[in-house]
Amino acid sequence: MAMTTTRPASQTARWTKKDLLGLRELSAEEIRLILETAESFREISLRPIKKVPALRGKTVVNLFFEPSTRTRTSFELAAKRLSADIVNIAAQSSSLSKGETALDTVRNLEALKVDILVIRHAAAGAPHLIARRTHTPVINAGDGAHEHPTQALLDLFTIQEKKGRIAGLRVAIVGDIAHSRVARSNIWGLTKLGASVTVCGPPTLIPPQVEQLGVQVAHRLEEVLAEADVLMLLRIQHERQERHLIPSLREYRLRYGIDRERLAHAKPGVLIMHPGPVNRGVELDSAVAEGPYSVILDQVTNGLAIRMAVLYLVSGAPKADEEPA
Amino acid sequence: MVKLLIKGGRVVDPASRRDGRFDVLIDKGLVADVQPSIPGNGAKVIDASNMIVVPGLVDLHTHLRQPGREDQETIESGCRAALAGGFTTVCAMPNTTPAMDQRGIVDLVHQEVLRLGLADVRPIGAITKGREGKELTDFGELFDAGCVALSDDGSSVADAFLMRRALEYATLFGRPLIQHAEDPALAADGVMHEGLVSTTLGLRGMPAEAESVMVARDLALAELTGGWIHFAHLSSAKSVELIRQAKRRGVRVTCEVTPHHLALTEDAVEGFKTDAKVNPPLRTEQDRLGLLEGLRDGTIDCIATDHAPHTDWEKEADFDAAPFGISGLETALAVCATTLVTPGRLSWPQLIEKLALNPAKLIGSPAGTLRPGVEADLTIIDPAATWTVDPARFVSKGRHSPFAGRTLTGAVVRVLRHGSEVEA
Repeated sequence: MAMTTTRPASQTARWTKKDLLGLRELSAEEIRLILETAESFREISLRPIKKVPALRGKTVVNLFFEPSTRTRTSFELAAKRLSADIVNIAAQSSSLSKGETALDTVRNLEALKVDILVIRHAAAGAPHLIARRTHTPVINAGDGAHEHPTQALLDLFTIQEKKGRIAGLRVAIVGDIAHSRVARSNIWGLTKLGASVTVCGPPTLIPPQVEQLGVQVAHRLEEVLAEADVLMLLRIQHERQERHLIPSLREYRLRYGIDRERLAHAKPGVLIMHPGPVNRGVELDSAVAEGPYSVILDQVTNGLAIRMAVLYLVSGAPKADEEPA
Repeated sequence: MVKLLIKGGRVVDPASRRDGRFDVLIDKGLVADVQPSIPGNGAKVIDASNMIVVPGLVDLHTHLRQPGREDQETIESGCRAALAGGFTTVCAMPNTTPAMDQRGIVDLVHQEVLRLGLADVRPIGAITKGREGKELTDFGELFDAGCVALSDDGSSVADAFLMRRALEYATLFGRPLIQHAEDPALAADGVMHEGLVSTTLGLRGMPAEAESVMVARDLALAELTGGWIHFAHLSSAKSVELIRQAKRRGVRVTCEVTPHHLALTEDAVEGFKTDAKVNPPLRTEQDRLGLLEGLRDGTIDCIATDHAPHTDWEKEADFDAAPFGISGLETALAVCATTLVTPGRLSWPQLIEKLALNPAKLIGSPAGTLRPGVEADLTIIDPAATWTVDPARFVSKGRHSPFAGRTLTGAVVRVLRHGSEVEA
């Protein structure tokens, strides 16, 4: 395949980490390296034969302790388009706390000589625990409310693609910040690349001292709507009502939901983003989700290129200066 | 039985207001004399120059796990860990399986302690049957069996009505009820302190108010009933302030703090370190400073370890799944010496008051002093020795410590129990 010829940041940056656990640990250069690598993989999915031999002979395991369709499928297709063999394991994390632990499962997989572990777990930090105990590279596909690095990377990639830059943009992340791994990873990624980030939601859904992560806090949608270049909406979970975090989904929609009327107050050309799946009629009206400002499906498409890039980089060989195909 | 003469050490015995160079003569297992210079006269001499000689330390808060979880700790391994840490008396917490809620289980512990002849173990019975917070245990029977206090530790007594009655009824016995102060609804299912680190790591937090709300409630109930409330392992500055005010009003309240809450903050959890997962959680620097101030001004009476051993497989899990608790007996003295004495926050006599005299008084034990006539439970400390914590070398079965790899100052060199040297 043809690698992009001009690669300013990655001329100096090289991937040296065993794992991709979060964006907190990455430098701006490392994030740019991933975005540029993804750029070079993007067109593979547009070919009639959507496959390159970059990871031929490698085995990738999707080890999901929490159910997922979208992220799992995206990783699976990314691995397949790089010619890796992929195994999907859906383990219920509930049965793991008793008896066999996640570490036992991983030790077994290591004995089977797999090359990359893609891990999703309901507990924050579970991929970190595993990564410390195995030589196999680990990619975090979402851990509790902690991080979801590939989601934030595909969000950065999409913003870069649509706006031509990230630095200097105003990004509002709206919704359940407290329980969102997508929000945390995006806060790290966006601030490292120079965007100005405001998190927005009712006080019950904003975690304490979040300002110290370098973001601003707004409790009313009106405070961010007119200024934001990007509106990133988070899925509001039905369970939040049971824990008294919001009175009702209806109340949430009335104060924070984006519909056409609200959108009219937004900046022209605002990007509407959502990690999916959308709760239609709660955080986002159908008309807006499918409207001209929505880049939700571009996010999904870009997710493939990002996950190909991440699989490729953590696989270690060939390195960035070698042609993968 | 040969006499023992401990020569030339710095004797720190707050009960007799002694802090200076003294010789200690031990005869028939008792402290026979403490004088600036005692002639040998055929006694076996232990040279204690450059050492500190203190009464055997007394831990108000030890989880020995037996009966029930002998894979985590046994009375034997726990007593040996206590001695290794300089403790000659430990209070055994009742969250065993079954819970220490009736005489038979207390007797079982006593029998084993007698058989071992290691440390002195004073059981703490449960306040409610099965520690379920529903029905009171038979307080009288438990105190008659030798319990020194009652507690549902591990859980709070959440029901205010039941706690009121418990405090009221306990006035019959003049013994304290020990509350693990935590409002379960406010703590929700938190796994660490609610603050910047929980926000960063995406872990569920417990606010400091989960503790202080319960402290405020129980202070009011103690005031109402005249009962004696003792708060276990305080973690927040707000709780300290509430207790300070209550003590001024004359409420019958005592409290303790752990070495780890005095030395560490929520930052110790960074990297999802389950070795720093404790309940109550490690909180902020401001809370830590509040605890230090409470210790200094006398609001906090005792330092207690909350030694809570767990197995490797339990602790080496993801942060949500790992149990609360760390192994504390073998690091307590050195952590306190390093955190409190070296920087000049407490003097050695003040530290020994918190680690021996006050807890002994609180449980009604004659220990905690080196006054002539008492049983010679005694610890010799090298205050200048530095060592690096390696949990793999712990005597306890619990090998998890947030101090792993830290270099501490102050080491226990010898421990005497009833005048005989004991080895962990």
